[in-house]
Amino acid sequence: MKLPDLTELALRNLRESILRNSLTTVGISVGVASLVAMLSLGIGLQQLASRRLMKSGLFDTIVVTSRREPRNFGRDEDRNSPPSADSRLLDEPSRVELNRLPNVIEANPDIRFATELRYDDKPYLTTVAALPESSQSTDAFESIQGHFFTSDTAPEAILQKSFAAELLGRPHNTGANETSVSELAAPLLGKELIMSYAQRETSPNAPAPAVPGTASTLGSENAAASYSVVSRQQKLKIIGVVDLDPESMRGPTRGRVFIPLKLAESLHVMQPTDLRELSSSSGDQTLYSSVSVRVKDPAQIRATEDAIKKMGFNTFSILDATRSLQQFFAVLDLFLGIFGSLALAVASIGIVNTLVMAILERRREIGIMKAIGASDLDVKKLFFAEAGAMGVLGGFVGVALGWAIGHVINLGTNIYLRRQALPPEHFWSVPWWLVGAAILFSFVVSLVAGLYPAARAARLDPVQALRYE
Amino acid sequence: MSVIQASPADAPTVAIPAIRVDNLCRHYRMGETLIRAVDGVSLEVRAGEFIALLGASGSGKSSVLNLLAGLDRPTAGSVIVLGRDLARLSREELARYRLHTVGMVFQSFNLIPSMTVAENVELPLRFAEVNRSERDGMTNTALARVGLQSRMHHRPSELSGGEQQRVALARALINRPQFLLADEPTGNLDSRTGTEIMNMVREFNQQLGMTVVMVTHERALAERYAERLIHLADGKLVSDEPNSRAVSTEPISTASEGSLA
Ligand SMILES: Nc1ncnc2c1ncn2[C@@H]1O[C@H](COP(=O)(O)OP(=O)(O)OP(=O)(O)O)[C@@H](O)[C@H]1O
Ligand SMILES: [Mg+2]
Repeated sequence: MKLPDLTELALRNLRESILRNSLTTVGISVGVASLVAMLSLGIGLQQLASRRLMKSGLFDTIVVTSRREPRNFGRDEDRNSPPSADSRLLDEPSRVELNRLPNVIEANPDIRFATELRYDDKPYLTTVAALPESSQSTDAFESIQGHFFTSDTAPEAILQKSFAAELLGRPHNTGANETSVSELAAPLLGKELIMSYAQRETSPNAPAPAVPGTASTLGSENAAASYSVVSRQQKLKIIGVVDLDPESMRGPTRGRVFIPLKLAESLHVMQPTDLRELSSSSGDQTLYSSVSVRVKDPAQIRATEDAIKKMGFNTFSILDATRSLQQFFAVLDLFLGIFGSLALAVASIGIVNTLVMAILERRREIGIMKAIGASDLDVKKLFFAEAGAMGVLGGFVGVALGWAIGHVINLGTNIYLRRQALPPEHFWSVPWWLVGAAILFSFVVSLVAGLYPAARAARLDPVQALRYE
Repeated sequence: MSVIQASPADAPTVAIPAIRVDNLCRHYRMGETLIRAVDGVSLEVRAGEFIALLGASGSGKSSVLNLLAGLDRPTAGSVIVLGRDLARLSREELARYRLHTVGMVFQSFNLIPSMTVAENVELPLRFAEVNRSERDGMTNTALARVGLQSRMHHRPSELSGGEQQRVALARALINRPQFLLADEPTGNLDSRTGTEIMNMVREFNQQLGMTVVMVTHERALAERYAERLIHLADGKLVSDEPNSRAVSTEPISTASEGSLA
């Protein structure tokens, strides 16, 4: 029998015992709905998590360091790669080269230094970090009080919340009675900070022995090398306060006071790197302790990292963190999928039941069809078609139902979130592939459920079936 | 199909029988006892013949007919139809044989109640995978032959017994088979309607050249229509004789002759 005839006959047969078949189909729908709802929750949560992480600017960032200073950056890079011939200095030309790699949006030096800031004539020792303009779009600066830098060279500063509290002489307590960012920002915005720093000036004089010790204890007195260090001051206007935890982050946002990147570069602040590179020949070049590379496509981050490693640098990205996150969601989706499928499995037993009942009821009809020339295969196909039709119908209804359930849960949760004064979230998502896959899955499960009834119907002996009325 | 449609006038070609049944047995085992429903029947049917299978209830008439129809397989012996041994055909081949070579009608009509008259008649065409465009025409022709065109959108339950059997006849000839196998086709009908149906069967036999094997226990009916009477008793053939009293010259309408051939 041809497919159109098959479908027509199958649908006709389904209509014949409409109540029973509808109930079976509803069973399948509920199964599909639970599967869709579960998986869309898993997918939604995953998307929410990766959206969050992506926005934090961590996922798409590779931190590049020179191999010549293996201890400078941290614990994550290859320690076993010796400073070989292919190791390179991280200077401006290499930054430009990094910038030109495929999949790279921008490569910015990480400038961070400890220095003294004066506010209200009182000195505060803190870490200043430079921010590229692109940081503005990251999650961290979404909730800024005040505004982002007016330009990349503006003498402006954004304060980290705890530092703002320190300037105001308030105790920084975390927890429920934490002072809000806006409260801290109000008295500070528009005020002036005076930053004292050590400027590095090239002087091609006698080389001096390298200064041992930890890099972070930088003072202008230590300056006695192929360049001289001059003490300078820079006025900064406070334009924003952000709620950032400086310890939780890597990359450019590890600081308590932020200034524009171009401004920071123009200041030529003495950095830890400078002390380590005393013996190097590139005394006239600014060396970066690290460069942050932002990539276009985080999925391609490994390839970009490899390209950078080939250039002779060490790299670090939290790709590994992403990977374990993906693993977590894969497991979560699997479990949600299994629980969702359970309902569908139960529903498929309903299909078996319905079709076996149909065989008993339609014994005579099957006998007639065989007597007038239907083959075993025709009968088998007809029962398959009925099972498949119930599967597809149940699949469509189920997807709609699952979508609705997820929507309602999402809505309900958002109402709850709003009550708790939290921003609404979209933690639930039904991608098109899930719609297609759910219907297909429902179809396949129904066909599998139809295997036994169809085989049984096909084996029916027509003489026996026609013998008794 | 037309190749195997010999006309009754081809008497000299009897050398090759259309059906040849040889020592046919169909036994059923019921626990300890063996029921010999058909027990060593041998007979030949020539193309175009009209044969009646007679016998008491339980004599094995239906069993023989089902074996001829390829609905059942013999325990022993052979049924050779147009040179092919049905016992050696696969289930699939038997289905095709039932679809194209034989048409069946039953005492209880065996129409599918959920389908309309037209759909019932059309059903074998679906199994034969005939194109949709040709099907309507064929269904109409078949229904016209049994005079039921006006009832084609009715359900079988809305028809009288005679009309239902006419629908069954239309369905039996829709695939233009060579054989018509009828199992007590008038058993559920009054004698007037029964005669109507029998006239129709004879029309198929004479005008379309269909070979008819009809099971009946009504001797009068058999003697009026069949050319040959075969008697069964306890699964065995008791007599096989030509019927001289058959009224084959009864005036019948020839208007639709050849319209299906
Ligand atoms: N499936 C079966 N199992 C056991 N015995 C069977 C089976 N089918 C038929 N028989 C037996 O075979 C014998 C012949 O049956 P069959 O139906 O061929 O008789 P029949 O001549 O057609 O009778 P009737 O005129 O009543 O239709 C009967 O005794 C019947 O009980
Ligand atoms: Mg019988």
